Amino acid sequence: MFNKKYSFLSIARNALSHHENWQKTWNSPEPKKNYDAIIVGGGGHGLTTAYYLAKNHGINNIAVIEKGWIGGGNTGRNTTIIRSNYLWDQSAALYEHALKLWEGMSQELNYNVMFSQRGVLNVAHNLHDVRELKRRWHANRLNDIDCEWLDTKKVKEFCPIINTSPNIRYPVLGATLQRRAGTARHDAVAWGYARGADEMGVDIIQNCEVTGINVKNGNVTGIETTKGTISSNKIGIAAAGHTSVIANMAGIKLPLESKPLQALVSEPVKPVIDTVVMSNTIHAYVSQSDKGELVIGAGTDGYTSYTQRGGFNIVEDTLMAIVELFPIFSRMKMLRHWGGIVDICPDASPIISKTHINGLYFNCGWGTGGFKATPGSGWVFAHTIANDQAHELNAPFTINRFSSGELVDEHGAAAVAH
Amino acid sequence: MFLINCPYCGERDQAEFTCGGEAHIARPKNPPELSDEQWAEYLFLRKNEKGIHYERWNHEYGCRQWFNLARNTATDEILAAYKMGETPPKLKANIPATPSGEPSIGSGNLSTSKKDRF
Repeated sequence: MFNKKYSFLSIARNALSHHENWQKTWNSPEPKKNYDAIIVGGGGHGLTTAYYLAKNHGINNIAVIEKGWIGGGNTGRNTTIIRSNYLWDQSAALYEHALKLWEGMSQELNYNVMFSQRGVLNVAHNLHDVRELKRRWHANRLNDIDCEWLDTKKVKEFCPIINTSPNIRYPVLGATLQRRAGTARHDAVAWGYARGADEMGVDIIQNCEVTGINVKNGNVTGIETTKGTISSNKIGIAAAGHTSVIANMAGIKLPLESKPLQALVSEPVKPVIDTVVMSNTIHAYVSQSDKGELVIGAGTDGYTSYTQRGGFNIVEDTLMAIVELFPIFSRMKMLRHWGGIVDICPDASPIISKTHINGLYFNCGWGTGGFKATPGSGWVFAHTIANDQAHELNAPFTINRFSSGELVDEHGAAAVAH
Repeated sequence: MFLINCPYCGERDQAEFTCGGEAHIARPKNPPELSDEQWAEYLFLRKNEKGIHYERWNHEYGCRQWFNLARNTATDEILAAYKMGETPPKLKANIPATPSGEPSIGSGNLSTSKKDRF
């Protein structure tokens, strides 16, 4: 353990060997024939599930099956915003639980995830926005979640480069501010949890695609993969955009639509914006990474697709909005642009649930905002898998809510309408 | 961005159109007799196909007509456009070799090795 721990001493020691002898962050073993639990999907949600299954529930004989590589899916494609200012009690509890885990994550994992509580502004541009955001502000305060209302003058003080002229098409009429919200280094989260899970005996299997789910008499018995059959009577699916494809293998139809969600980064510049600004009405959000790039997110493309790109018109609309709100960015050059496939639920809330097949569990439907929930999602999903029963935090997020009608409508708090 | 061949106007920029989701979901004929599960199936459950997907589109900033498209969601390739009420054409497409596989062209995901592509 001492040898593996990252510390000032370990840096000094490895400097003596020109940093050529650092241990592997995790092993990449060949899959065993049988596991106590299999997690399909090696993104943040899958890795945290494996991590908390081992840590909180003592189940160590686990495989995480990943089609690509760790940190290559939506965990490495999102705009890294973390907040918990959701409207309804059920979501507020779930996302706030995650935010509390973020606050201790780097210490717990001995891995710097660069969690930065720089605050998130949700900007209002018209009377409806003001009413909607004030409603959410009050709802947050009733749920003990920190939230403030800033008027136009205070928004300008908090984020001086924002254009508060009353003459722009969508003037800034105010904003909510969650100071404990912020950003984190997204791939570090995947790497940190992968390392933590690996240390507790979890097998992380990359470049291995699931091609079938074996079910016998209503019980799940294992999976078929490109590396052979692996058996287990507990299988958790955390496959984001490809969840419907996996569900189809078990004959399950889900209320999901997979769509491209695009993001882009600019050339790096000196620090210019030290917070996160999000706007639902004009469809854009922006923050600045530690490297100095502006990290800009757009809305989803309006059709089902698995292509991990998206239409240029979406990028154009987003940048128009950004430039109106921040004229200072008008001559910035954009360096990179990509898409990720997000699985969207009709009520913009996730599904963390058992199914009618014993031992088969789904954690999906996080849509456009799953990154912020990464640790909390794994925590409650691990509980659901270990006990075959939902944790009180994810009890409202079952598949059954679509027939019972108890939807948790969070389209407003998704912060950018998708 | 891709061009869409509107059955009424011909090829136009995709930005003129909005997608209305999966096509050929018939409204139940006997609503009062439906169970909650059957309602959920009709209202919320979707095929969300990786491969050939039949969907409704509206030429919103053009003729404003609704019509159907068959599109390969693995590549965004449009395979057919046909009018409302017509039966969906039987089509062949480059569907992925494995359920979650990636195509050699038309995908933004370059993570898979060449031999895994179709």
